[in-house]
Amino acid sequence: MDFDLSEEQRLLKESIDRLMRDRYGFEQRKVYARQPDGWSRELWRQYADLGLLGLPFDPQYGGFGGGPVETMILMEAFGKALVLDPYFATVILAGGCIRIAGSEAQKTALLPKIAEGKLLGAFAHSERDSRYDLADVQTTARKDGAGWVLDGEKTVVIHGDCADKLIVSARVSGGPRDEDGIGLFVVDGKAAGVSRKGYPTQDSLRAADIALKGVKIAAGDVLGEPGKAYAHIERVAQSAIASLCAEAVGGMQEMLDITVEYLKTRQQFGVPIGSFQALQHRAVDMLVATEQARSMAMFAAMMIDEKDPVERSKAISACKVHIGKSARYVGQQSIQLHGAIGMTQEYKVGHYFIRSTMIEMLFGDTDHHLAALAKAGGLIAPASAA
Amino acid sequence: MDLRFTPEEIALRDEVRAFCKTAQPESIRRKLILGQHLAREDYVTWQRILDAKGWGAPHWPREWGGKGWSAVQLYIFNEELQRAPALLPDLHNTGQVGPVIIAFGTEKQKRRFLPRIRNLDYWFCQGFSEPGAGSDLASLKTSAVRDGDDYVVNGEKTWTTYAHMADWMFALVRTDPTAKKQKGISYLLIDLKTPGVTIRPIITMGGVHRINEVFLDNVRVPVENRIGEDNRGWEYAKYLMGNSRTNVVRLGLARAHVERAKQLATHVMVNGTPLSENERFREKLAAVEIELKAIEITIMRIVAERMKNPGYQQDPKSSILKLKASELHQIATEILLEVAGPLAMPAQPEFLELETDLSIGPGWAASAAPTYFMNRSWTIAGGSSEIQRNIIAKRILGL
Repeated sequence: MDFDLSEEQRLLKESIDRLMRDRYGFEQRKVYARQPDGWSRELWRQYADLGLLGLPFDPQYGGFGGGPVETMILMEAFGKALVLDPYFATVILAGGCIRIAGSEAQKTALLPKIAEGKLLGAFAHSERDSRYDLADVQTTARKDGAGWVLDGEKTVVIHGDCADKLIVSARVSGGPRDEDGIGLFVVDGKAAGVSRKGYPTQDSLRAADIALKGVKIAAGDVLGEPGKAYAHIERVAQSAIASLCAEAVGGMQEMLDITVEYLKTRQQFGVPIGSFQALQHRAVDMLVATEQARSMAMFAAMMIDEKDPVERSKAISACKVHIGKSARYVGQQSIQLHGAIGMTQEYKVGHYFIRSTMIEMLFGDTDHHLAALAKAGGLIAPASAA
Repeated sequence: MDLRFTPEEIALRDEVRAFCKTAQPESIRRKLILGQHLAREDYVTWQRILDAKGWGAPHWPREWGGKGWSAVQLYIFNEELQRAPALLPDLHNTGQVGPVIIAFGTEKQKRRFLPRIRNLDYWFCQGFSEPGAGSDLASLKTSAVRDGDDYVVNGEKTWTTYAHMADWMFALVRTDPTAKKQKGISYLLIDLKTPGVTIRPIITMGGVHRINEVFLDNVRVPVENRIGEDNRGWEYAKYLMGNSRTNVVRLGLARAHVERAKQLATHVMVNGTPLSENERFREKLAAVEIELKAIEITIMRIVAERMKNPGYQQDPKSSILKLKASELHQIATEILLEVAGPLAMPAQPEFLELETDLSIGPGWAASAAPTYFMNRSWTIAGGSSEIQRNIIAKRILGL
């Protein structure tokens, strides 16, 4: 058992923390949000220079060769800073699809470009009625000579507005919710038949609804075996959840810190309100929830590489449930303990609350994962009969 | 960062597991599974089996018969005993008075008490709480007045766990009534056979006798049974509180309760299908299992941190564990009670006290309600949840 970061990981953490401190203050973030993409291209280049955009990729693809712990370190720092950049969409999701499902040629062609900051990606998977069911794909892929033709609509594709390449899931065969029969396709954002409607999301990120009408795909742009992509999608979703857990923990820690600071400075009845036991105990429960969530984010990072798919999936569901509940608790309390000021847009804490609310909705909410875990038999095996 | 146990740690776990299987008398194991009450001899027998193996107080230094185990090793050991299930070395003895004697006792005290604590020749109970001093422990009033080579002790201790089984009591007493609260307290070891000691049972909900009142009426305690210096007892007691909370969480027990609830739920039918198949029940359990997993990792994080600074120390983070783990203990027994349902309703003290072998309904259901009642104490004893929150607010959050 070892909870220490390696020397390399410690240096990584220091450099990311320093970058966030210098470049991602709350006021600077407002400036980035007003840029045309809703984030800073200049900072993106800096991420590339620091090797962050290839963090989870193997060095042979121009990556840093980092594992789940490195991603956890980075996402926690991003959560603290409330970053707006398309890192999750490009590196974790699109990069994850290519890394996990792609051929040697595809990885060689695409991953170095992502790592260099020259290619933005997005994962066009969710649809209007799919909610949290990863197998619910109604967009179709029809064989067309050696290639394919895609038709359908994807909704709330995170950073789908600016992506150079979309990784689109589409049904090759089978019924609308079958795990079997789903394919993953690399689609150029500007390809004929692709129309995108971009918009901001509640948390000041960007997303797009994307219509695909007779979009032609070359045979070389299919990731993995067409029809067998479900297992890949599941793995990408699991890495996505692990990174969201880390991001949420960063946000929770920040909400806790801001709130405790406020309790110490805000005066009412002639004393700091932090002297009131009712508020102290609430703040303590926020701390406990944050620490427990941190433990679960570590557990998620550890279980991403678990070989047993059932154990892995149960563990990741458990983490998402915990993070969902605890982030909701910490978020709601941080607003409550601030009182009216916490409700305002100019004050920081509400932005964290909003982001953590959105995180709960990504890749399965608390109820979804609790049901999945319960169905799979939970984390603890029954005692053997006495 | 690697959250898995090392091969050495796994080897220790397997060794403890195998030892419990072969060395624990079946009669004790059976009582633990059924929630029946253990006799004094059961505790002593098992403690001596452990001690013979060198595990009577494995976290003590080797020179005092321990193994010098780290916090991680102790954690693994405790977890395995609880899963067996087997009794843990009594916390008040090997976890509290022992370490205080090791840290602050004289050579003579160490030689006299430590070996006897390890094998339960001397069973100590804790004399801290008083009728007027609960959460506000430092307001305790039991007085000790110096008279030659003795103290004369007068007062009343209460909620004293296992005083009726114990030989000795480690007590906080007021030696300087003029000093500020915490400053005038001393730490005495009191032989319970001394004239003037009266122990009266307190029966808790469900008819259980575990705690007692202890009246001290002109009890003469030799000065040589004082630990450390006069009026510094509060420091000595406080010194191990943060420490003992890591061990006090006893999460393995909550985990064992959940494992057991899951197994029993396969036998309990709801509308013709096993309760274990019921969706609502499964989700409720899953939610508890998630919390358990989180606290398990949190404990290991805190334990690992402590490993870097060996030796006993106060760590306010241990309050997080106490707070969370005690709630989980309660929830786990709550679930066991729900599994039993109406089968838990018959009151069967004779079965639990082993005055009869026969239970009304299945034996496992007889202790479900009393255990649930008794476990309400988890969030009260050893510093209530509210006190833990006060500690965290002050010492971690700086409020």
